[in-house]
Amino acid sequence: MSSKARIVMRPLEDAGSGEVERELSFLEKAWDNSGVRKVAIILALALIWELYGRWTDNALLFPPLSDTFAALIDNIRSGVLPARAWTSLKILLMGYAAGIVMAGILTIAAINTRLGSDFLETMTAMLSPLPAIALLPLALLWFGLGNGSLVFILIHSVLWPVALNTHSGFRAVSTTLRMVGRNYGLKGFAFIRKILIPAAFPSILAGLKIGWAFAWRTLVAAELVFGVSSGQGGLGWFIFENRNLLEIPSVFAGLLTVILIGLIVENLIFRTIERRTVLRWGLQS
Amino acid sequence: MTNETGAPLLDVSGVTLRYKTPGALITATERVSFAVNRSDRFVLLGPSGCGKSTLLKAVGGYLKPSEGSITILGRKVMEPGPDRMMVFQEFDQLLPWKTVLENVMFPLLDARNLSRKEAEEKARHYIDKVSLTRALHSYPHTLSGGMKQRVAIARGMAMEPDILLMDEPFAALDALTRRTCQDELLQLWEETRFTVMFVTHSINEAIKIGNRILLLSPHPGRVKAEVVDVDTASPTDGSAGQLEKEIHDMLFSQEEAH
Repeated sequence: MSSKARIVMRPLEDAGSGEVERELSFLEKAWDNSGVRKVAIILALALIWELYGRWTDNALLFPPLSDTFAALIDNIRSGVLPARAWTSLKILLMGYAAGIVMAGILTIAAINTRLGSDFLETMTAMLSPLPAIALLPLALLWFGLGNGSLVFILIHSVLWPVALNTHSGFRAVSTTLRMVGRNYGLKGFAFIRKILIPAAFPSILAGLKIGWAFAWRTLVAAELVFGVSSGQGGLGWFIFENRNLLEIPSVFAGLLTVILIGLIVENLIFRTIERRTVLRWGLQS
Repeated sequence: MTNETGAPLLDVSGVTLRYKTPGALITATERVSFAVNRSDRFVLLGPSGCGKSTLLKAVGGYLKPSEGSITILGRKVMEPGPDRMMVFQEFDQLLPWKTVLENVMFPLLDARNLSRKEAEEKARHYIDKVSLTRALHSYPHTLSGGMKQRVAIARGMAMEPDILLMDEPFAALDALTRRTCQDELLQLWEETRFTVMFVTHSINEAIKIGNRILLLSPHPGRVKAEVVDVDTASPTDGSAGQLEKEIHDMLFSQEEAH
């Protein structure tokens, strides 16, 4: 019998192999990479598409992937597709930029005055459920068959999600950070630029991404509806035109281009911004 | 920056602080007066509800007294400013989009208008003083709580403010880290003799940090007493323990009475 507190040592050899770290095999590592898994999914889908297309053997309804690629390359070579894509992108960027600027003005008014905040909340509640495309008939009446109408509905599709996200991001900035900013003597616009915008950046970026997706969809849909403007149509028009000509592989090529541009913007532009900002700052994981 | 000798650095006289909550007007402190001299380590101590943090925020310029006045070196405190740098309790007080070095440099560049070179030199000096040179280029989210608080202290000190205002800066730390941080703060004070006003609800911490302690009673906050020459209380001969007990009895005697 013992009554004294003491330390009893344990023999070390009873423990396991002592292995702390084992390098994973190449395949295990590759499969852990989400990029590799996603590429595998895309390849599988492409294979199914190709096989189904060949099996139905009806190029008018469902051309195989190889025909679609051939049409895509033809259309790129002839310069038609790049020109159409550029037309779409130009208008998109115009509307997107205008929408962001207006969202910025609205949000700044909203965080500085109670009335501005009420205005923003009421307007977003009313207008954000309204699909932009539903405004197209009116826009055509007001701005005519030109880019003006397109820019108008693009602004509508960008403004509300961006303003809503930015505003809720600003409001979520912690009291402590606000007090730190004021401690430095920051006021007014300097305070917004140096404290609120970076602190709310995750929400702002989310708003910009949603705004981009909305704008892109709205634009392609609008082009499908009213097609060519001032002699040069965009991607939506390209799809519509080729369907009328029964060039179905080209229709698919147009759809692929829409998807590709979306992927590039999402994965190259927004991903890079995310990696350099919110991920590095630990504001998002 | 010499004042007339004898005049205090910070003068708080007859300050009543009220704030609105939905449905009620709360009086946080009532006619509180005290004066902080240069190189004081002035501690506000009291149970929760005594308005000590509110008082510190008023000195910081975040709220205006409804009665009385707060002056620092003869200037009336009207709004927050970099002459009174704050260190908060919350770990999110560092700007997450800036590294440790940039966080310390930012107010130097923005409020002090130093050149980049001067600001960086000064920032590096104070980051070194809180022994965080190895974390110079880290972002705040990769730091532990204690490290974040030390960066905040370095940021406050680098500005060389008239007074450093600390709002329970170590309250959210674990006991071991808290002690290290307290020791470091005292070490820094030995070196530069800055003036600091420190809010805490821990009697032990108040005795350790302060040379003067203002005791506040709650609901509404009023000055109950001031403990002077706290420096003479030593933890080794038991006088600190004795003082701690006396303060404790004084702060909590009334609570039990009602």
